[in-house]
Amino acid sequence: MADISTALDAIIVEPTVFELSSPGRTGTTMPAADVPAADSLPEHLLRSELPLPELAEVDVVRHFTRLSQFNYSVDEGFYPLGSCTMKYNPKINEDTCRLPGFLFTHPLQPIETVQGNLALMFELQEWLKEISGFAGVTLQPAAGAQGEFSGVLMMAAYHKMRGDTKRVKMLIPDAAHGTNPASVGMLGMQVVTIPSDERGNVNLEALKAACDDTVVGMMLTNPNTLGLFDEHVEEVIRLVKDCGGLMYGDGANLNALLGIVRPGDLGFDVMHFNLHKTFAVPHGGGGPGSGPVGVSERLLDFLPNPLVGIIEEGDEEEDLAPLYGFVTPKHSIGRMKAFHGHFGGGLVRAYTYIAMHGPDGLKDIAQHAVLNANYLQAKLRGTYRIPFDRICMHEFVAEGRFEGSDVRALDISKRLIDYKFHPPTNYFPLIVPEALMIEPTETENKDTLDRFVEAMLKIAEEAQSDPELLKSAPHTTRFGRMDEVKAARELILCCWLPENYESLT
Amino acid sequence: MTYIPISPAEREAMLETVGVKSLDALFEAIPAAHRFPKLNLPPALSEMEAAAHLADLASTNENAREHLISFLGAGAYHHYTPAVVDHILRRGEFYTAYTPYQPEISQGTLQAIFEYQSLMSALTGMDVSNASHYDGATAAAEAMNLAYAQFRGKRKKVVLSPFLNPQYREVIGTYAQAAGIELVGADAQTDLEATPESFAELIDEDTMLVVVQYPDFFGRIYDYQKLAEAARAKGALFCIVANPTALITLKTPADMGADIVVGEAQPFGIPLWFGGPYLGFFTTKKAYIHKMAGRLVGETVDSRGQRSYVLTLTAREQHIKRERATSNICTNQGLLALAAAVYVSTLGKSGLQKVADLCYQKAHYAASELSKLDGFSLRFDAPFFHEFALTCPKPAEEVNQYLLDHGILGGYALGKDYPALKNDLLVAVTEMNSREEIDALVETLKEMN
Repeated sequence: MADISTALDAIIVEPTVFELSSPGRTGTTMPAADVPAADSLPEHLLRSELPLPELAEVDVVRHFTRLSQFNYSVDEGFYPLGSCTMKYNPKINEDTCRLPGFLFTHPLQPIETVQGNLALMFELQEWLKEISGFAGVTLQPAAGAQGEFSGVLMMAAYHKMRGDTKRVKMLIPDAAHGTNPASVGMLGMQVVTIPSDERGNVNLEALKAACDDTVVGMMLTNPNTLGLFDEHVEEVIRLVKDCGGLMYGDGANLNALLGIVRPGDLGFDVMHFNLHKTFAVPHGGGGPGSGPVGVSERLLDFLPNPLVGIIEEGDEEEDLAPLYGFVTPKHSIGRMKAFHGHFGGGLVRAYTYIAMHGPDGLKDIAQHAVLNANYLQAKLRGTYRIPFDRICMHEFVAEGRFEGSDVRALDISKRLIDYKFHPPTNYFPLIVPEALMIEPTETENKDTLDRFVEAMLKIAEEAQSDPELLKSAPHTTRFGRMDEVKAARELILCCWLPENYESLT
Repeated sequence: MTYIPISPAEREAMLETVGVKSLDALFEAIPAAHRFPKLNLPPALSEMEAAAHLADLASTNENAREHLISFLGAGAYHHYTPAVVDHILRRGEFYTAYTPYQPEISQGTLQAIFEYQSLMSALTGMDVSNASHYDGATAAAEAMNLAYAQFRGKRKKVVLSPFLNPQYREVIGTYAQAAGIELVGADAQTDLEATPESFAELIDEDTMLVVVQYPDFFGRIYDYQKLAEAARAKGALFCIVANPTALITLKTPADMGADIVVGEAQPFGIPLWFGGPYLGFFTTKKAYIHKMAGRLVGETVDSRGQRSYVLTLTAREQHIKRERATSNICTNQGLLALAAAVYVSTLGKSGLQKVADLCYQKAHYAASELSKLDGFSLRFDAPFFHEFALTCPKPAEEVNQYLLDHGILGGYALGKDYPALKNDLLVAVTEMNSREEIDALVETLKEMN
């Protein structure tokens, strides 16, 4: 192994692949060339060196296995990360998405040779329409944020097509996800923040005051990031529509609504789905996601290009399947990414998941996600302040602070790690001080929830009796708190082979 | 069948704790007229039925492993992935974790991404890599966002090579319309023999970015050094969209003077998967990192003096900057960045060189044999790596149909994007294509009338 003592003064828990490298090692054998050798490229087009690591297969397996053991995951335990819907990811989905027929099809194959893929995509478009109440769905956006960007582009294109050029304002509640204003910022629109009222709903008076003929529309997360369903949602939508605006729904919290209510029925014009939240596509340590978008009738022609459609009708009596292919919406905003969306890792898994649930199973998901959240809220309410305290949906927000104590939400979160739980989302939404945003999902049993409650109550006690214990947490993990300031100041963003690498043996 | 682990008795107890009588009673805030819609969806399948149904759908496809000999590339490539890669990806510790917001319990993901960043920097020769973007096309669009931010919106023009992948040009176009950016150069009617130097005249004081592809969409290899210098002379940034397999062999984009190097890292251990999810890599110079979108992992120490890793420079991102953020990017392709890191580590320097060499040798053998056929010729003289344009004696669409009837995916018909190339096929050859397959392609075309 390379000499790594020079890398840093810090203790090295697991060397990098560069440090594990040794000249001449290889992890795989490729076949010999079976064709006559061609002339090589001119020297001036070739690179002079390739400073990449050399490891044996066993080195690679042990290295990445050790790394994996430094992670906390849903497969290991409870992960109540608010807004992220960290539900259990069924194992069958891992198998279906790796069927050779899916793995080894090229995105540019003739459509006649990929009818299985196209049928799956077409059916998934139809299912998502039915689940959400929208008139059309695109599967192309790569993630929720890109779905949002697509949605906002369609809203802008709709007004532009109508010659309604003075619309520049997007209304966004103060509880919104940061991606909402960022998406709007990408189009140079102006963000108008709408405050929440004392019950966590959109403040109707403020909304009325903001609604005029310069409004593009409103981006509403419902249930919102407090986990609350807006009690006046129909009034909110009416106000926005009356001033000529369009209604965007952030689908991040759709898990609460499956079989409960369809955003399209409420009057939303556009919404993105997060297949990696609601439909159990695994998060993969931060991606890939998958962010299809549903739209109402009036935005249909603006959907990204292409969609999957039926090119030739089938005939059920003759047992003849339709021919699926790609179609272009009339006034499409264009292409969001190369090819057709996150097919294998996103669409196949989500399709499998929906197929295994059916209409009743989907409703069960939402009901139990909401039950679990309300159960935790009921158990924690006496100890942690719930600023907007009513029946919540799939998540709720508590304050991570106590009277007469300087313990913060961050400390509570880090201490939870010692009790073998992943912490809730911290410091979001911004409208709740020291926010702890807790989303249990439907895939946790009562025992797990009870153990979590017990830990939270114990931590509340510790905050009084031994606050240092929280501030220096976690104690039981392989790694302690990180020096984030040092990381940002020194900006060490990559590593290399050791300096004397070539001379090592 | 569902994955809900709550028994009826537990449910009753929990409802009582909450203080409601039934599950339905939890939903009174929802407008009654729209509450509990009846969803018209097929009834639930058992796992056994779902597995069979999905296998049935998958087998309706013809694929490059079981049915077809494939020479199709044009942005997605069929390469061999060592078994190790998927075994690592299948570890629940990796794929069921979220974005590493809690670094104490996410060091696995963080170090893996740090290693991915390092490998991509070493490959491109650039200073820094981010944690990845959705795909090569959106990474190219993010290069435009970086340039836009770098010039604070004061420069409005992007010069696109007409030989940049047409889908990438479309995606850049989608992103450009949002910010009111003007795109020039991407003309399908262009002179197909135009050298990179000839684009220099399009670059002016209003140009924020020049984007070229390496090798270009037709597989041609050009040294972009002079064009990079021309861009720099006007103060514009220079972006190279590169194929990572080709970079194993070719002069690095950094050596040509690129400011930003992006591309599609799907060839590094990620299946074709009908187009996604793939892995957009994004590398740049240190000077531009504050304008770069996407997650970034940096090295630090923990409270016990151990080397460790965290997400850093997060102040650039949407959750802090909100509408002033340069991009709304939230997720990256974390799991696929891990795939690329495992792929590169497993093949290592010599294995990668072997793969690149096999691609090169086989593509050149194929080109040489094909161009011997009557009526067939190589469209361009420029050096190429593993992809080349083949002029056929009849429309490429017809040639493809004929080949498909013989179990061969011939290549990408270029006439869709370049009307002058109606008879041209873009043929990709990788280490997956045996000599027998290449000979079969040649023999089949020989017999075509």
